[in-house]
Amino acid sequence: MEELSLLFNGFAIAITPYNIAMMFVGTILGVLIGTLPGLGGANGVAILLPLTFSMEPTSAIIMLSCIYWGALFGGAITSILFNIPGEPWSVATTFDGFPLAQKGSPGEALTAAFTSSFIGAFFAVLVITFLAPMVAKFALKFGPAEFFAVQLLTFCSFVGMSKEPPFKTIAAMMIGFALASVGMDSVTGQLRLTFGSEEMMRGFDFLIAVIGLFGLGEILMTMEEGLAFKGTEAKINARVVFQTWAKLPQYWATSLRSSLIGCWMGITPGGATPASFMAYGIAKKFAKNPEGFGKGELEGIIAPETAAHAAGTSALLPMLTLGIPGSPTAAVLLGGLLIWGLQPGPLLFVEKADFVWGLIASMYLGNLAGLIVVLTTVPYFAAILKIPFSIIAPVILVICAIGSYTVANAEFDMILMLIFGVIGYVFKKLSYPLAPMVLALVLGKMAEGSFRQALLSSQGDLSIFWSNGLVGGISGLAILLLISPLLAKLWSLAKGGNKAAA
Amino acid sequence: MQDNHNKEGASIGNKTMEIATALIILAFGAIVMWDSNRIGSGWGSDGPESGSFPFYVGLLIVVSAIVTLVNALRSSAEEAGEFVGGEEFKLVLAVLIPSIIYVALIHFIGIYVSSVAFIAIFMVWQGKFSVVKSFAVAIPVNIFLFMMFEIWFKIPLPKGPVEAMFGF
Repeated sequence: MEELSLLFNGFAIAITPYNIAMMFVGTILGVLIGTLPGLGGANGVAILLPLTFSMEPTSAIIMLSCIYWGALFGGAITSILFNIPGEPWSVATTFDGFPLAQKGSPGEALTAAFTSSFIGAFFAVLVITFLAPMVAKFALKFGPAEFFAVQLLTFCSFVGMSKEPPFKTIAAMMIGFALASVGMDSVTGQLRLTFGSEEMMRGFDFLIAVIGLFGLGEILMTMEEGLAFKGTEAKINARVVFQTWAKLPQYWATSLRSSLIGCWMGITPGGATPASFMAYGIAKKFAKNPEGFGKGELEGIIAPETAAHAAGTSALLPMLTLGIPGSPTAAVLLGGLLIWGLQPGPLLFVEKADFVWGLIASMYLGNLAGLIVVLTTVPYFAAILKIPFSIIAPVILVICAIGSYTVANAEFDMILMLIFGVIGYVFKKLSYPLAPMVLALVLGKMAEGSFRQALLSSQGDLSIFWSNGLVGGISGLAILLLISPLLAKLWSLAKGGNKAAA
Repeated sequence: MQDNHNKEGASIGNKTMEIATALIILAFGAIVMWDSNRIGSGWGSDGPESGSFPFYVGLLIVVSAIVTLVNALRSSAEEAGEFVGGEEFKLVLAVLIPSIIYVALIHFIGIYVSSVAFIAIFMVWQGKFSVVKSFAVAIPVNIFLFMMFEIWFKIPLPKGPVEAMFGF
């Protein structure tokens, strides 16, 4: 068990008083971000990233990843108490969480949600601990062609699994790629798509895009929906917590199923949101009393929360091992690693083993810290939502403006942030997905780099992407995922046709 | 638009918005293709030229925009529904326009003074708070931000004449 000794080594790195303090600071900030409209995991981490530049990388990434765990926990608070999903992945939690809170047991609903989140995350961290080193070792064999194939797989699975129309997904993704190529071409030094503008030469920083798309865009959406937050009091005490914990073991099968769904959807970048819906649907199908779902069934909270948190956590596995983030927040964390000069990918496990294992150990501790924080402080966070939106909105916009300025100390970036905000608002309303756009913006240069290197070695022959079993298998799977919506349609047509014939 | 002339106020239909967005994306893709072609999108002496990857990206943007455009044109305006109602649109603009003015102001009077004005004016105007209460929120928030960025984290933000008066 080589992993275990490495993990204990990691714990030794993560458990310093300073790092533990950072964990608590991170989770508290994260829960705050998760509860506030207009601030979420992705843009919250993006805004706070420049503040950590002066910190030591391990402590900084521990704090930033804890913000992420906190945001995952925080999303549940608004869903259950106010019927407003603080984050997209907590939409499914509102189905049963809000009715249960309305029935007079908000404490039970919150405890179930937080504990399930913790279990989902714990499961995912276990998967990371044992699977990540294997994936990394395997990926050491990858050449540029294989890396491009894996990236292709990532983007194709977005098209295949997204609920949005496939061509809108492709459009959003390609816009991300196009924006990523703006600026100086790192291979030839040629200026691309700058049109003689000096501001454009720096290229588009995806952090600006994230702050605009998810920050201002979200505020505009919230404005439109009206500003009335009417919710239940967050009554929670130790007795309710222990009573709920006593009830949870009977739902072990649901928890396990949801954890597996979450991990699968997190590693293949389906994301936390579809994972939570899928887990909810499957829990309902297997439940003893499916009629109770939607009316405040405890199982209906456990399933989506476990899956969402498992997916959110396991999204870090491809980020660390392959340098391909499974979610926008993982993408922002990847951006942070690059800024500290840490290139995520298989080599990270070899060259920076201390850092990797310190981070993995901090995932166990950070989620435990998160559980403690949310169980003890939920009434205070619920009180924040009582602050009128006419105060919260301008304050968050000020934070977004400052956040976009500090990325590169450029005033022009604040204007870009506004433009991305409008794009985010329009795209969200017309169901163009934002996540693939952000990921393409992050991965654009890398994907292009490996594509060009692969073609260079094959003298421009595209068949290099089918040249051996490994790369061919990945490319083939990518194509299969890309056309899977089409196949599903044909399948249902064929089935319908058979029935008509019979 | 003809699809909601029965409703009061100027609202925008989804169909109109879909078409407009698809056209903008189409134009964007075309620009990307054109510029990539300008710098060379073929096979150079040292491998693929700088424009080759963005060229195909642009091509995919154009293709998917055309598909979306055709789908939008074929849909009926009634089924597509409303993009945003007149009242909601006013609320959206009530955030967007002050934000644009705010960002423009930062260049001239620095971020802290602009932020105080932005938060206070927004609270008075949209939240119907009293002027005193609004400044009682806006000023402490910005003092906190000032302490955090300029003093604790030593990250300088844009400053104007007012900060200069205090020696920053």
